[in-house]
Formats: sequence, C-alpha cells, structure tokens
Amino acid sequence: MNQTRRQRHWIAFSTLVTREIRRFFRIWPQTILPPAITMTLYFIIFGNLIGSRIGEMGGFSYMEYIVPGIIMMAVINNAYSNVASSFFSAKFQNHIEELIVAPIPNYLILAGYVAGGTARGLCVGVIVTLVSLFFTHLPIEHIAITISMVILSAILFALGGFINAIYARSFDEISLVPTFILTPLTYLGGVFYSISLLPEFWQNVSLLNPILYMVNAFRFGMLGVSDIPVVAAFSIILLFIVLLTSFALYLLNKGTGLRN
Amino acid sequence: MKALSINNLSKTYGNGFKALEQISLDVEQGDFFALLGPNGAGKSTTIGVVTSLITKTSGTVNVFDTDLDENAELAKSYIGLVPQEFNFNGFEQVKHILITQAGYYGMPASDAEPRANELLKQLGLWEKRHTPSRALSGGMKRRLMIARALVHKPKLLILDEPTAGVDIELRRSMWTFLRRINKEGTTIILTTHYLEEAENLCRNIAIIDKGEIVENTDMKSLLNRLDKETFVLDLKYPLLQTIELYGLDYHHVDDTTIEVELSRGDSLNSIFELLSKHGVEVVSMKNKVNRLEELFLNLVETTEQAS
Repeated sequence: MNQTRRQRHWIAFSTLVTREIRRFFRIWPQTILPPAITMTLYFIIFGNLIGSRIGEMGGFSYMEYIVPGIIMMAVINNAYSNVASSFFSAKFQNHIEELIVAPIPNYLILAGYVAGGTARGLCVGVIVTLVSLFFTHLPIEHIAITISMVILSAILFALGGFINAIYARSFDEISLVPTFILTPLTYLGGVFYSISLLPEFWQNVSLLNPILYMVNAFRFGMLGVSDIPVVAAFSIILLFIVLLTSFALYLLNKGTGLRN
Repeated sequence: MKALSINNLSKTYGNGFKALEQISLDVEQGDFFALLGPNGAGKSTTIGVVTSLITKTSGTVNVFDTDLDENAELAKSYIGLVPQEFNFNGFEQVKHILITQAGYYGMPASDAEPRANELLKQLGLWEKRHTPSRALSGGMKRRLMIARALVHKPKLLILDEPTAGVDIELRRSMWTFLRRINKEGTTIILTTHYLEEAENLCRNIAIIDKGEIVENTDMKSLLNRLDKETFVLDLKYPLLQTIELYGLDYHHVDDTTIEVELSRGDSLNSIFELLSKHGVEVVSMKNKVNRLEELFLNLVETTEQAS
C-alpha cells in the first residue's frame, strides 16, 4: 500500500457509497418506483382534484403550494429508510463484519451510509420534481437555499435512519419510527397547509416539529414564502445534524448493536 | 518478528460469562498455527478480539508489532479473516464482493480488479463471478470467504473453522491452497475441529479450554510426547492372574481384554513373545486412538479435573 492514509480513506469511503448506490438501484422497484407512484397520486388527488376546490394558499395555487412539501416528504422518507434498511440488513446478514474488520474509521462508515441515504433521497427528490412538472409550473426563487435545504434534510434523516438501524433488532423495529413518528410529523409539518390556518395554540405546537422548518425553508427556496424564518430553519437543522452525528459516532465507537 | 502477540487477554461478556482469562499467545511470522479447543473454549472469542469484532475486557493485542488499541487501522490492514459463518451480502455478485472488500482496505479499483480475477481463478470461482453469492453452493461460499479474506494481500490470515461442513475433496484442495500461500509468506492461524487438519497443516499449536491456554508448543514436540502407544489385545481365554511382562505396562480391561503400552521404537514382536511364554493367546489387536486426538483429550480432561 503506497497510498497515503487520506487516499486509502477516500477509496474506502467511495467504495462504500458506490455499494450503497448500487444497492438501491439494483432494487429500484422497491426503492425508486414506489415513492414516484405515491407522490404522483398525491399530485393527482390533493393537487388536482381537491386542490382545484381549495383555491390559493400563500398566494399560490394549491398545487404549487404543496409541491415543495411533497418533494421534501419523499426526500426525507427515502433518505431515512435507505440507511435504516441497508444498515440493518448488513447487521442481519452479518456482512457489517466486512466493515468492522477493515481499517476504516467509524466516522467514514457513518459518512458512507449517510451519503448513500442522501443519494437515494435526492434521486427520488429529482424524480418527484420531474413528475411535478407535469402538473404545475415550478418557480425556484432561491436556488442556493433550495439545494442546501434539501441536502441538509436528507443528511439529517439519513443520520436518523442510521441510529434507528443500530438499535433495531428486527425488521419490524426499523419500520416503527417511520410509521409512528416520521409520517405523522411529516403530515403535521406543513406539507399540505400553512400553519397560519391553525389556531394559535396549534401553531405554537407545530413549531416543535422539526419537519415544519425543513418544509418551509424548502418552500421558501422554491416559492419565496415561509411560515417560519429561514435562518431559524437552517440553525435548527444544523444543530440536529451535529447532535445526531455525535450520537451515531458515540454508538459506533461503543459498538452498540454491533460488537459483543 | 511476531505476527501476533496476545498478552493477558481477558473477555467477560455482559452476562458475566468469562470467555477468556488472561491468555497470552505468540505466533511467529510465517507460521502455520493451530488454535484448538472444544466448543465454547474461547477460540472464536480470541479471534473476534484480534479482528475487532469483539471488544476485549483487558489485555493487549499486537499484530506485526502494531498495537491494536494504538493503531487499529494499521493492525487491521495486516489481517485477513475467514469467519466461521457465511457473512456476505447474499444479493451482491461474487466479484463485487471481492472488489468492495479490496476498496475497504484502500485498494484502488485498478489493483482490485486484477487481484479479484486472480483469486476467483485460483479458487475455482471464475465461472460464478457474476452470480449473487446466495446462489453459490456451501463449498463455493467457503472459497469465496477465503478469496475475500485474501483480496487485500494480508500478511496474517485467520481462518475460523474454514473446513466445517466441507466434503473431503474440497477440504484437501483447501489444504493444498493454504499450504501454498503459507509457503509464499502468509502467516496462517487456523482453528479447527478436525485434529487431522491441524496435524497435517500446522507447525505450532495452542490448545485453549475454558478460556485458558492449556498447551502452547510446536506440533512435533507435542506429538513426540506420545512416546508410548497403547494396544488393545483381545485374548482367546480369560486372563485371571497377573503375569510378568518384563518392563511392559499393561492393565486388564476385562477378563479377555488387556491394554499394553509400548514405547515408540519397541518391537511389537516382544509383546507376543512374552505373552506366548505365559501361554496367552491373542485373537486380535488394535491401536487405541492416539496422536493429537489423544493428547487433546488428555489436556482437556486434565483441565476439567483441575477445575
């Protein structure tokens, strides 16, 4: 081995990311196709059929208003479930041992899985965005905010999926969080409505939901409207990323769920 | 140089089970080393700690003079592991598994590809290179695990019962392959249940039982301890009295069966001559189980009695 440590790390990291991307493309009928179909149904039912009767929201047609939220919902769900299922499968089939015995630092293992989850989240996000163009015009007011927010959100939920997979002891346990926490928070996170429609009490309760910040900041990037200050959204997401990264690394270094 | 040096290694699991108690072990570079022991003795725990799959409770592990705690990356880069259980992604293609593993060790694709091809050919997996690993036969999966362990050209290859459940023909071909790579310079540590395998392949041996090393020596010395062989003689008529066999140790198993111990190099004829003198007729004779198996059982029984 004549390469420098940094070169070896880069090769190891890119190998892991490549393997993760190859995995979700290999099983595309399970990973890429279903979210595209589900989100298309959202556009048809909520955007077209119901939305035409709702009228405007935040100064935009209802279809335009919900598109950023639906894209974000697809990104979050797929980033999360990719890492959760891939890392748990690696544990379940014991091929996580390939990584544990190899000279890869734990932070690179985490980075590799998170990058893989982010890649799937973004891939599905692009597909849903393209599908949305069949239904509505999509302005992008602030491209930097749009792109950075979608990437940061994908990273954050990929980290969440990783921690879920570390603790999970069965496949049921990796679907518990998406079913009972992620989905309700997403639906209550302002994907389909502006929180200004809610009574004041519920507006304040909604502010405790981190997904609200992501959806609104992303919507601000695309449409230029948001229920919350964008700076607060970025700050909260960055804070959560730091917290979850630290916690995931702590679990990896401790060997929780991985080593006896 | 020592390929592996373990000092005062202990492992107590969360449930309080002491799997290893202060074991120390050295394996020289270039050695073909056997680590034997009954089920649950601590072999796999030892290997697990050396390969970072299990967290130790105390002690040190050095691989080619590199402390596993102080420079885990370098120490790990020296090791190739063939685990006891199949542990690859069943959905990945055989060749991808090798190239991916090489990548984890920092090997660029330009080197990993020819190395994977070379190993696939050497281990008879070339035709299956595009097959998902779950579709391989048991023997092929074993060979794939060996190929995967070797893809980054480790200096120390650790095999945890590599021939368990493998048919005789494949086992022999694996022995030939392992002998060759050992001759080419790879240090090999092997755990096995097949004592014949250890006797055939290994130069040095450690026997572990109940988390402690009960023997650590070279195979030749160990086998030389068997300077006596025991023969079981079936007699035509009951031997009811004690007879003098002039220097030969014997004891009654039952009225018509005796066991006679003979020093290595002594003539078997002497037994028959002495027995003939006493009018004892021998109907049949067999060699009692011996060599490594006998030593192994003795050592393990001794530790059981001691505890």
